Amino acid sequence: MTKITFIQHDGEQQTLEVEKGLSVMNAAVDNLIEGIDADCGGECNCATCHVYVDDAWMDKVGPTNDAEEAIMSLNPERKDTSRLSCQIKLTDELDGLVVHLPEFQY
Amino acid sequence: MNRIIIVGAGQAGGQVAASLRQQKYKGEIMLFGDEPHPPYQRPLLSKQYLSSEEAEDRVFLRADKFYNDHSINLRISEKISEIDPKLKTVTTDKGETIEYQDLILATGSRPRKLKITGSDLQGIHYLRTLDDVNSIKAEMQPGRKLVIVGGGYIGLEVASVAVTAGMDVAVIETEDRILKRVTTPEMSEFYHQLHTDRGVTIHLQTSVSGFEGEDRVSSVLCGDNKIKADVAIVGIGVIPNIELAEAAGIECNNGIVTNDHCQTELDHIYAAGDCSNHPNPILGRRLRLESVPNAMEQAKVVAANIMDKEKVYSAVPWFWSDQYEHKLQMVGFSSDGEKQVLRGDKSKKQFAIFYLRDDHLVAVDAVNSARDFMAGRQLYGRKFDVVKLQDTATDVKDCLTQD
Repeated sequence: MTKITFIQHDGEQQTLEVEKGLSVMNAAVDNLIEGIDADCGGECNCATCHVYVDDAWMDKVGPTNDAEEAIMSLNPERKDTSRLSCQIKLTDELDGLVVHLPEFQY
Repeated sequence: MNRIIIVGAGQAGGQVAASLRQQKYKGEIMLFGDEPHPPYQRPLLSKQYLSSEEAEDRVFLRADKFYNDHSINLRISEKISEIDPKLKTVTTDKGETIEYQDLILATGSRPRKLKITGSDLQGIHYLRTLDDVNSIKAEMQPGRKLVIVGGGYIGLEVASVAVTAGMDVAVIETEDRILKRVTTPEMSEFYHQLHTDRGVTIHLQTSVSGFEGEDRVSSVLCGDNKIKADVAIVGIGVIPNIELAEAAGIECNNGIVTNDHCQTELDHIYAAGDCSNHPNPILGRRLRLESVPNAMEQAKVVAANIMDKEKVYSAVPWFWSDQYEHKLQMVGFSSDGEKQVLRGDKSKKQFAIFYLRDDHLVAVDAVNSARDFMAGRQLYGRKFDVVKLQDTATDVKDCLTQD
């Protein structure tokens, strides 16, 4: 199991223990985390599972891949720490990960 | 009575249940599905699941325990056979009658079937459900001959997986080009070339008149022509499942008719997903869509309205199709356009076609161009300077002009 914390736009926090190997999006969807829509089911098609990776975790999570970059490049909510949560796998290294949610998903 | 009944455990039905719990609905939720599976992702079936790139557990939308954990009473392999809107009850195919406070019809659609000579032979498949795809997968072996009836997205996605897996693939299309019902001649031509380059044989203006074989199909008949087949897959469109609604006296017209709140004309009965015929305020007309984004969004609207949050369904339709390593993403309907602008390079297989009406953006077809696809979603309906738009070096956002 691995820990992940979601922090909503209004500051509300939820910490979950989830199975390793899931994506951050899967963890959110299985636990009804508000603010992750995940319309396309994790195919990098829709950009509705956008999160901001906490600054402290940015080095470990790493930057966007090419597919994410293309689909997020015009997102008005985009920041340097933006990632699509379907593209982040929960590995050992990410135990304790903290992500923040944008006010709106596209 | 504090119970919500959802008929249909597809993507729309599953999302209604999840959204209700997300919005803190405290009553009982019953989710009925006639398939023997919890809600799963349908788009993968003809793509990454068929090619075995994704395993079966990846297809399911949520872990099995999700339904228990959130007190969603998931009843699979069970069908609702009757609705009594006056008594506010449904009756299952096992004869159980259950009362509801609100009822959601997420009954989806089913493949249009061919009823011609030999159409009940073994080896002829339709592709809609997980079980359909599992039986197709069992038949996909290199060297076997696969004939696909219908050159639409489903057929072509299957063609790309099958030919890549080493099958000998032929596509039969009645019209004079593939994808005629859904896209422009330019896009049809691009995909025609893509498939023939990979070794798929496409027969245009060819109608299937029957199937031949002993127990199993051995050839597909097209008038006087015979095309050898070890396996056949028919993909000629879907029909919305409206019979249950119709029998209950709910207005249906190419789908279950709803208002912009996804409500049917009867109190406390909603419809969402492929089965719904709904108004689209952005496009200014009624639509019935076969699309996951539509199913998901309508499900959220239904849940919000049940929770008295007064939500209107208003979204620009979008779609996607994966064929070979190429991703097609579409916004709107290209048939609404009267002018088109190509951006990018077709020969590099990375381009987008922007469709305009009175210089206003009405659709985008983007091949390996997710950025243009997102531009299309964000700038839908906006007015463009066509000359600027033709210059690919200018960013799409800088091509806007005053209305």
